[in-house]
Amino acid sequence: MSLLPFFEWCESTAVGNVIRESLWLFPVIESFHLLALALIGGAVLVVDLRLLGLGLRRQPVAQLARDAQPWLVWGLVVMVTSGILLFSSEAVKCYYNTAFRTKMMFLLPAIVFAFTVRRKLASADEGRVRPIWSKLVALVSLALWCVVGASGRWIGFSG
Amino acid sequence: MSLLSFCQWLEKTPGSIALHESLWVYPLVESVHVLTLCLFLGTAVMLDLRLLGVTLRRVRVSEIFRQLMPWTAAGFALMVVSGSLLFYAIPVRTYLNIFFRIKVAMLLLAGVTAWVFHSTVYRRVADWDLDPVTPKWARVAAGLSLALWAGIVVAGRMIAYNWFDPPGVH
Repeated sequence: MSLLPFFEWCESTAVGNVIRESLWLFPVIESFHLLALALIGGAVLVVDLRLLGLGLRRQPVAQLARDAQPWLVWGLVVMVTSGILLFSSEAVKCYYNTAFRTKMMFLLPAIVFAFTVRRKLASADEGRVRPIWSKLVALVSLALWCVVGASGRWIGFSG
Repeated sequence: MSLLSFCQWLEKTPGSIALHESLWVYPLVESVHVLTLCLFLGTAVMLDLRLLGVTLRRVRVSEIFRQLMPWTAAGFALMVVSGSLLFYAIPVRTYLNIFFRIKVAMLLLAGVTAWVFHSTVYRRVADWDLDPVTPKWARVAAGLSLALWAGIVVAGRMIAYNWFDPPGVH
């Protein structure tokens, strides 16, 4: 079954129509999308840099992860909400857009990884985690988010 | 030579034309500019949030500053280089764009805020390094910094829109 009818329906919703027809709504929502990007970047980096041994080395990983978690969650809430709104205004374009498809394929693993493997490792007793695993998890996390971000930016470039 | 005529001269240089007409380099530079937000603003926001006492409350302010600042600075350098290239690609139109001017003004204010913070309240950081609630002026500086950077991001995004461009400028 093709998903195209679903994408067409998204674009025909009242929300999609209002955003598409407004001159300033899209850029305003996009701005929130970008501000959340910075917040998520900060919340992810504080923990991943620590796991890599490149920042805040004297702090326990579990403590940093606990402190950063709410900011990551709220950043994602703003990000996903604004993302859905942007999507609803141009869903059919997204359907045919390779960058959008790439982004979605990496977004799910990035979120799942952040709330399962990475979270478990960050809250584990540090003495029992081999440094190689910490570094590997941080690198996978950064790589996944980088692909999501880069392909997200590319949605606007590829037609 | 006025700034405008400088931009007009800049626009005619081969490098500017090449960048403007490039199929891949311009989008690539723009992507670097946007994604470096995570590195530069992400780390700066974490410091500001600590100063506001809403995260990393048990970590010394000076430690966050020392450990994250190399990343913030590296991000800032990337931002300035990629941002300058973006300006270089489209100088006249950008120079005349109202959002670009607002962005530059807010950048200057953010710079002044950071400078004042570091030359006053941060000098005595040893006195309040571990306080979950930092001195009032540190919180004011952090709040101001967050507001200015949010404004800079929004204004930066709006440069792409030509709502208020003078007629005849592309």
